[in-house]
Amino acid sequence: MDWNVIISYLPRYKDALLLTLRIGWQGVLFALITGILCALVIYLKIPVLRQIIGIYIEVFRNTPLLVQLFFIYFALPKIGLQLSPEACGVLGLSLLGGAYMAETIRSGLENIAVIQSESAESLGMSKSQTFRYVIFPQALSSSVPGIMANVIFLLKETSVFSTISLMDLMFTAKDLIGMYAKTIECLTMLVVFYLIMILPVSILGNILERRLRFAEFGS
Amino acid sequence: MKQSLLEIKHLNKAYGENIILKSFNLKVEKGDVVVVIGPSGCGKSTLLRCINALEDIQGGEILIGGEPISRNAKNISTMRQKVGMVFQSYDLFPHKTILDNVLLAPIKVQKRKRNEVEKEALELLGKVGLADRKNDYPRQLSGGQKQRVAIVRALIMHPDILLLDEITAALDPEMVREVLEVVISLAKSGSTMMIVTHEMAFAKAIATRVLFLENGEIVEESKEPKAFFESPQTERAKKFLKSFEY
Ligand SMILES: Nc1ncnc2c1ncn2[C@@H]1O[C@H](COP(=O)(O)OP(=O)(O)OP(=O)(O)O)[C@@H](O)[C@H]1O
Ligand SMILES: [Mg+2]
Repeated sequence: MDWNVIISYLPRYKDALLLTLRIGWQGVLFALITGILCALVIYLKIPVLRQIIGIYIEVFRNTPLLVQLFFIYFALPKIGLQLSPEACGVLGLSLLGGAYMAETIRSGLENIAVIQSESAESLGMSKSQTFRYVIFPQALSSSVPGIMANVIFLLKETSVFSTISLMDLMFTAKDLIGMYAKTIECLTMLVVFYLIMILPVSILGNILERRLRFAEFGS
Repeated sequence: MKQSLLEIKHLNKAYGENIILKSFNLKVEKGDVVVVIGPSGCGKSTLLRCINALEDIQGGEILIGGEPISRNAKNISTMRQKVGMVFQSYDLFPHKTILDNVLLAPIKVQKRKRNEVEKEALELLGKVGLADRKNDYPRQLSGGQKQRVAIVRALIMHPDILLLDEITAALDPEMVREVLEVVISLAKSGSTMMIVTHEMAFAKAIATRVLFLENGEIVEESKEPKAFFESPQTERAKKFLKSFEY
């Protein structure tokens, strides 16, 4: 292991990490918003929209992100929609993540016992108050483990961004290996930088989960 | 003529083909403590759920203070506030503290001021011996304590009538008493209640009226609960009460 090599590569890895994080957090945020909206539509059984979202979820959960990215990056310009590589990354991550988040939150919503909405309604709460104050907060907190798993999954999936010429971690490692053939150093740094990005999310997830278990779910 | 607090007229309730209540009639007056007993599956829970409009009904009418209560009517929230309900399973909101469980509906539904309701909530929680647990979450409470909170949560809405559906059925025996004592003190203070229970000693102690149901029909009704429990008039009620003896 050549430490001088590692030190000299650090700035490039750092830039790649920042790029990956920038795309990553935007993707996660939009994925969460998309997921919540889609889960709502399914939970409220809104006709037509619900079927469309069903198809969206199946398509995006059952195709590789790589293929989705190619579509966004190479096919969309053919119909006149040209996005920057970074925007493509965010969009791809949001759509893929949205499908996963929707499933996680939907099952969270459906797992709340009927008696919860019945007792809220028997207190005179309207359907929307019941949803807002009783069902949704419980569903969201019971979905936290699933949501955090999705976040980690999405951050790992960013490794295919290199294929649309985004200079993410994976791209940087491949590029440096191609140029200087310091394979071991480059790959080790790649692993370490992924850990730097993802481990904190993992730890945060564990803490949240423990917190919620405390406040949550009696009987 | 005097307006009954609750009046059920020719209520029909079925689940699909399965008819549960057929042309059911009942009047409950202010201050009545109506105990409903009967074998499992006879329709006791269904009856209470209909009164609170948690079920669609297939015919008839349910009037609270002369006004119909119906699931799809615009005034459903107002009507439901007149009917408090406590279920068998502990149904507190697990993501809210005890105090917030009690405060949620008065603040959001009745738009009452937080500090005013909070005062009342603490008073009521104090009456059931749980004021010091206000910041705990439901999971930190025993079943009996949770049911007492559920009673407070219903009471704070100032309902005209309180419906209790086997609220001690899921409790360990030593916790049954602490819950039933709360109900008995409510009865003493003049609350109107409809109580479904399998605790016959409690029923006998608290009832001002007894309804014995079988297959969704009132088989025997009595305004003399003591007499009813000692010597029921119908064979079926006799047989049913016998099943509680050893
Ligand atoms: N949601 C439902 N769908 C279909 N059938 C139902 C439903 N709820 C209750 N029933 C049926 O209605 C009948 C009456 O049920 P109900 O719960 O009112 O009885 P119960 O008198 O409360 O009995 P228990 O003492 O066991 O609580 C039963 O035969 C039951 O199987
Ligand atoms: Mg029942």
